Order: sequence, then C-alpha cells, then structure tokens
Amino acid sequence: MGELRARLGGHLHLLRAQARSQMSYRVSFAIDLVSNVGATALDVLTVFVLYGVSSVIGGFRLGESLVMVGIAQCGFTLADLAVGNIERIRLYVRTGLMDAVLIRPLGPLGQLLAMDLPLRKLSRVLLAIVVLVVALAHAGIDWTPARVLLAIAAPIGGAVFFGAIFVGTASVAFWWIESGELGNAFTYGGRDFTSYPVTVFDGWFRSLFAYGLGFAFVAYQPTLALLGRPDPLGLPAWAGWAAPLVCLPVAFAAALIWRTGIRHYRSTGS
Amino acid sequence: MTVIEARALSKAFTVSVKKGRFRRERRQTAAVDGVDLRIDRGETVGYIGPNGAGKSTTLKMMTGVLMPSGGEVTVCGLVPVKQRIRLALRIGVVFGQRSQLWWDLPLRESFALLRHIYRVPTADHAARLLRCRAMLELDEFLDTPVRQLSLGQRMRGELTAALLHGPEVLFLDEPTIGLDVVSKQAVRAFLTELGAAGDTTVMLTTHDLADIERLCRRLVIIDHGRVVHDGTLEALHARYNSRRRVVVDLDEPPPAPLTLTGATLDATELDGRRLTFGLTTGTAADVVVQVARSAAVRDISVLEPDIEDVIAKLYKNT
Ligand SMILES: Nc1ncnc2c1ncn2[C@@H]1O[C@H](COP(=O)(O)OP(=O)(O)OP(=O)(O)O)[C@@H](O)[C@H]1O
Ligand SMILES: [Mg+2]
Repeated sequence: MGELRARLGGHLHLLRAQARSQMSYRVSFAIDLVSNVGATALDVLTVFVLYGVSSVIGGFRLGESLVMVGIAQCGFTLADLAVGNIERIRLYVRTGLMDAVLIRPLGPLGQLLAMDLPLRKLSRVLLAIVVLVVALAHAGIDWTPARVLLAIAAPIGGAVFFGAIFVGTASVAFWWIESGELGNAFTYGGRDFTSYPVTVFDGWFRSLFAYGLGFAFVAYQPTLALLGRPDPLGLPAWAGWAAPLVCLPVAFAAALIWRTGIRHYRSTGS
Repeated sequence: MTVIEARALSKAFTVSVKKGRFRRERRQTAAVDGVDLRIDRGETVGYIGPNGAGKSTTLKMMTGVLMPSGGEVTVCGLVPVKQRIRLALRIGVVFGQRSQLWWDLPLRESFALLRHIYRVPTADHAARLLRCRAMLELDEFLDTPVRQLSLGQRMRGELTAALLHGPEVLFLDEPTIGLDVVSKQAVRAFLTELGAAGDTTVMLTTHDLADIERLCRRLVIIDHGRVVHDGTLEALHARYNSRRRVVVDLDEPPPAPLTLTGATLDATELDGRRLTFGLTTGTAADVVVQVARSAAVRDISVLEPDIEDVIAKLYKNT
C-alpha cells in the first residue's frame, strides 16, 4: 500500500510539473477549450438532425436516443480526459523516446498520461454530463433506487470501457509502428456506434461491434434497463443491469495487450 | 560481489527490407550475439566497439528497456524487464544521444521532480546535488529550461539527474559525446572520483578512447555483438605486441644505417634526421646511448603505446 501511494505521489508530481510547463501556452489553451466543446456539441446536434428526418429511428424516439447519446458521450469524454493521451505512444515508440520512460521507477502508462494535463478536455466532459442529465430528466424514466444506481454506473462503466479501447488500440504501435489512425476506428468509431440504438445496424457489423467488441453494453443495454423496455434483439432484461460490468474483462484484456506490447518495444538504433 | 551478470545474452532485430516494388523480405540481424559478462561491485568498465557493434543494445537490455531475445541478464540480482521498476530505483542511466530531462522545466525543477519520483530522502538529495553542483559547475544554468541548454550543459545535468538517487550501478552510453575539452574534463574528473569511492559500479560506452584511458581499468570490447576482448588495456597491448616507442631527432642523418639491440627501427622521417624505434627488450636509455655513438642527438621523446592504434588493429582483425 505504501508502495502504491509512493508511486501515485510520483505521478502526481509529474502532472504538476506538466501543468507548470503548460502555463507558457495560455492562449492555445483557451482555443483548445472552445474547440473541444465544439466537437461534442456537433455530435449531439447530429442526433437532432437525424430525428428531424424521422421521428423514430431503430424503434427509438429522440428522448430515448438522447439517453444513449448522453451515456456514450459521458463515457467517451471521461475516458478521453483520463487516457486519451495514450495516442502519443505512437510518437514515443517511433522516435525511441520511450527509452526515457522505461528507465524511471514508475509505470509507463501513468508516465505517458502525466506528460500532458488535458484540462482543455474538461469542457467536453461537462457538456456530456449536462446532455445526460437533461436526457434522463426528459425520457420519462420510472425512477427507482436501482435505476439511479444504474444511471451513475453506466457512464462510469462506459468510461472504463472506452479507456480500455484507447489503451488496447494504442498498444498496436508496439508491433506496428505505422499503425496511423487505426486506433481511431475503434475509439471514435465505437463512440459513434454507441450513440445510436444497436437496432439501427445489422449483419456482421452489428455482431462484431455490438457483441464481439461489446459496444452494445456501453449505452444501449443500460438505456433499455433504465427505460424498462424489453430488448427488441432478444437479450434478457438483466443484460442491461449487468452491462456496466462488461468493462472489466475489456479492461483486463487491454492491460494484457499493453504489458505484452511493452515487452515488444524495440527502441531505435542509436 | 557480482553486480551485472550476462549469460549468452542476445538480441535479434527483425527488419523488413524492400525487395523490388511490392515484395518485402524479413531479415534477422543479431545486434547482440551471445555476450557473457560478469561485473563486480565498484568496477568501472569501458564497453567499447565500432559503430553498430551492439553496445547501446546491450545497455538497453541491462536497463530494462529492451527484452533480450536470448540468454539471461541480471543487474543487482534483478531481471531487468521483469523487475523493471525495482531495478530502476537502483540504477542510473545516461543515454548521451537522448535527453531524460523535462524539456520545458529548468534543471532545478527537474532535479526536485526526480527526488519525488525516486523517493529520495531530502537530506540525501540535497547533499548529492550540492556535490554535483560543485564538481560539474551547474550553478550558472540551474534555472534555465532544459531546451535552452547547450549540449555540454545538458549532459552535465543528465549526469547529475542519473546520480541523485544514489544508484548502485551507473550505465553511461556515450556521456562525453559532443563535449568540449573543459566539459569532458569535468565529467571525467567526476567519474574518476565516483570510481575511487568504490561503491558505484559504472559501465560506460564511448568512442573517445581518452575516456577509457582515464577511467577504466577494465575494457570489454565487442564487435558484431560478440565480446572480442575482456581485460585490461595492458593485456590488450600485450596481445597486439604494442610497444613503447622512442623518437630521436638528429642534427645530421647517421652515416650508416643503424641496427640496435633491444629495439627495432620503425620509421625514418625528415630525410633521416628523425628516427622512431620500437622497444622490444631494451630501455629508452639503451636506444639513446646506442644512437649517440654514431650521430649527434638533438632531442628525444618517449611515446607510450597508443590506444587508438591497438583498438584499430583489433577492429580490423575481427
Ligand atoms: N530498434 C532497432 N531496430 C532494428 N535494428 C536495430 C535497432 N537498434 C539497433 N539496431 C541494429 O543493431 C545493431 C547494434 O546497434 P547498437 O545501437 O547497439 O550499436 P552501438 O554499438 O551502440 O553503435 P554506435 O557506436 O554507433 O552507437 C546495429 O546493426 C543496428 O542497426
Ligand atoms: Mg550506441
């Protein structure tokens, strides 16, 4: 325990140091803050536009869909705030900067994340929370203590889930240095997938993303449980209640990929 | 006590080479190829070899950066990659080619940060920093952000950063690269003192052989990933028959070719007025006495065996 606290302390000091060095770039910080809200606002607006065309999509009305959007955005923006920086691993692996990370007595993941304090991403998280709260209030949910708990657990589980996807896909860089934007297909693609009812999609694409990778359990299934609706695709009701737990095996798998990746790190010649 | 031990340590890199327009061929290069090494506590070992010999790769495996592809290595009794964090607390590393300091932070803050990361007691940290500040003359640029430091200033900072937690083993990969004479001397003096204290083990790679002469009693030379010499500099000279040389300047060339006992004539320059002899069994005095019998000697100098010559011979032979 003391060991863990000492390491956490090390990471905190790293973070604080980064905050200090960021102070020299105040204007760009303000611009980032604004542009970050813009991206999330646009995602939410897209849903409104779609419902302007058709009042029911995949069997769900706007109010119901917005609950999914809220959970998905909360989960994603929280994960992005916490571990989105992991994408810089590509640069670190390609240039060999990872050497300097690996000779420090701290976990490499924590160090990479502490390289940058993404405060600018906070604005997005706040917006996502507002969207979720408003959506929950207007969806006509029959509130019980269990539903309140689920409404809190779902975005947190979503955050862990997306965080794992961020780490897992970024680890590909250890094997494949020019992996480029491949990871984004799963992170941003996954976020967009989760924002809509799974019923909208079909075929192998639905099987893979919804159940193979588990994206259906981030927002879709919990929303069904919150609304008290049966799953048109036939999963039992408890699937919705247990959905936030799906993030655990996903996080475990991501940690395994990350650890294996570190051992495949090959540095650069010099 | 053995601090570093490597048995058949190897690292192969797979590189894909472009063959024609679309075909790519995967090829294995053995960067380190079966290195056996034991280094005891307190030794200062020069790890040298030509470019691409596998020095950096070896050091990266010993510091837990790279996973060996064959063989075993332990440092302080720990397996580097597996017990990386525990090992990191006990070793200090400087990769001359790459900074480990925080780009935007002044040195002083980098050092303070390291104290927290390595959990060093404040008093120990302060004492070590004080010593480094004095010996490496850091005070002038302690408040400058690292990105604005000159190479030599940064390197002195890197060395300090590697020592603040009182490591048992120090791995230095080209710590004097690009330094001017004064900086080099400061670094060498510092390392000499560290070596004399006797409780820090140092493994050092360099292409500046003067570093080796000054700092390392033991020399490990590798080429193509294999150890080709492990011993003292004297042993290396003995192996290649390096000899001390005597250079004699004369007023006039000798009337007849000279043959001396105990030395051979290696070179004749300046129209025969400068003769260089290699000592075999005789002494420098023997040579001078014998030459003076047949010609007027103006000046003499004695040259120690040249480290560059002998290393060049070794590199060429392997
Ligand atoms: N990340 C890597 N990927 C592929 N090959 C590598 C990598 N790192 C090193 N090598 C190869 O391994 C061999 C040894 O490299 P290494 O950097 O250990 O040499 P070195 O002895 O440190 O050389 P130098 O004196 O030039 O620094 C070289 O042939 C190099 O091309
Ligand atoms: Mg090297």
